[in-house]
Amino acid sequence: MADSRQSLPIGSSGGLTRREILVGATGAVSTIATTPVSGQQALETTRRPGRGPNELGQRSQFVRPRRDPSTTSSRTPLQDLRGTLTPADLHFERHHGGVPAIDPDRYELLIHGMVERATIFTLADIKRFPATSRICFLECSGNLRRGTPETLPQMVCGLTSQTEWTGVRLSTVMEEVGASSDAKWFLAEGQDAAVMTRSIPMSKAFDDAMIVYAQNGDALMPGNGFPARLLLPGWEGNASVKWLRRIEVADQPFMTREETSKYTDPLGDGRTVRQFSFVMDARSIITDPAYPRIIEPGWHEIRGLAWSGRGRITRVEVSTDGGANWQIAELQPPVLEKAHVRFRAPWNWTGTPTELLSRATDETGYTQPTWEVLRAARGPRTRYHQNPITSWTIGETGQVLFGADRLRS
Amino acid sequence: MTVIWRRLVVLQIPILGFSLVIGFLQSNLESAEQNFVQPPDRFGFGRPAMITDIEKLDIDVTPAGTGLPPGNGTAQTGTATWNRVCGSCHGPNGEGGTAAPVVGLEPQTGPPTVGNFWPYATTLYDYINRAMPRNAPGSLTADEVYGLVAWILARNEIIEDNAVMDARTLPQVTMPSSNRFVPDDRTGGPEIR
Repeated sequence: MADSRQSLPIGSSGGLTRREILVGATGAVSTIATTPVSGQQALETTRRPGRGPNELGQRSQFVRPRRDPSTTSSRTPLQDLRGTLTPADLHFERHHGGVPAIDPDRYELLIHGMVERATIFTLADIKRFPATSRICFLECSGNLRRGTPETLPQMVCGLTSQTEWTGVRLSTVMEEVGASSDAKWFLAEGQDAAVMTRSIPMSKAFDDAMIVYAQNGDALMPGNGFPARLLLPGWEGNASVKWLRRIEVADQPFMTREETSKYTDPLGDGRTVRQFSFVMDARSIITDPAYPRIIEPGWHEIRGLAWSGRGRITRVEVSTDGGANWQIAELQPPVLEKAHVRFRAPWNWTGTPTELLSRATDETGYTQPTWEVLRAARGPRTRYHQNPITSWTIGETGQVLFGADRLRS
Repeated sequence: MTVIWRRLVVLQIPILGFSLVIGFLQSNLESAEQNFVQPPDRFGFGRPAMITDIEKLDIDVTPAGTGLPPGNGTAQTGTATWNRVCGSCHGPNGEGGTAAPVVGLEPQTGPPTVGNFWPYATTLYDYINRAMPRNAPGSLTADEVYGLVAWILARNEIIEDNAVMDARTLPQVTMPSSNRFVPDDRTGGPEIR
């Protein structure tokens, strides 16, 4: 054993091309075949001690998943992730006035309006309430870029992420302050520079809304609302107001800018604008194979994510022939309500150019529509809640490109 | 010990043992139920919010005008503020620049603006006071905000240049888009709408 370790040249594969390594591995070229290539690294790392324990874990130097930031948002690298929980540092961000730096010791939440006891809670107060955790996705309702064929999954719809959130049920807090039974809406207000405000139906407060302070068990990331935010499972992300400083209970909506001129849906009649369209419709995307991959003929596993704000995903179908035929994909348990679920389907690529699609169906019977169906139903001016079937084309060379043509108007 | 008695003992021991186990489990379940503490209706957490606490943060303005402060402005008084604070991003005439346009009345062709897509005039006060300008939100006086609201409404031909906007008049302004907005009436299920 010791002899073989000493005889190994260090880093000798560095100058070899992939073809040379393959040839060498088969033993066809004798000069190279004397150099053991396969298995070499497994020995190299045994020759010197590795680093010791440290305070904060870091990803491997060979792994570099990154959000894609613009001036107002940063998108989760869906193509780099394999599970359903989004690492907190890769959770998408969307904010309207930057990320505030909030001292948790001076944080306060004011709840007033149609309540018996207007109250100010510290973060410690909020954490004293009975805690509850739930896994759910959070998605911006502006989560579609139609783009060019050179578009990553991250850029198509990377404004969705999933987290195990921990906090207190909003119903518990509403009962604590004695919210009036006549109350129909509440205003949620953030303490960012946009002082973000949304009106939320009280029915959501007594359904599954939460005030959360933990993200995958850890404190919230600043960009995701530290130290406390509203969480409305299954609803458009903007309404889950971050950096929550105030809740005002009322009997009607407040008609803030973000629920009138923004986050509303002008419909096809050219006149009607749909307001308070909170729920995120069922959706899916294939995250692999996807641009920029170049694949080889043979067996592949089509993999992706599906989710619905209305409940559980019950079925994901994939097509490997441009939508002519559909097969049922396997869903990875547990399939949770209002949560990302992984789907997988085996596929043998013959080398003929084709197109891969996926479509999700949820427990209400809703099936993700095509772009044409969505446009026919909503008209050309809808900006939010666009959840069309998307696709990836496979060229002769195996180059995978985004099916941008399917989303042309 | 007779054979019969011996058989009875052999039979009885497991039966007795079984009933002892059941009895033990039952008493454990009962005590577990007794030990399960129901949460109270109220925990008594937090401190009462005083009027002054609420006034400090309660800046929202409703369509009925609740929350509008004293002060006033006209399109004329708003012009200087617009030129100084807003025009560099939203355009000198509100036509848009690095930030969205705020002036424009064409409902079908143009981009969404205050003239064609804002259902309530009061939202203008709320939003400008809350979040504008982007680089110094909350820095405008009530008179400046009223002046900007009046300027934007006048440029969209919704009010006259000399109309005074204040807590009484602003909620009375009817917007061109006031009856376009309807709550989501979808009820779920397979329907694509």
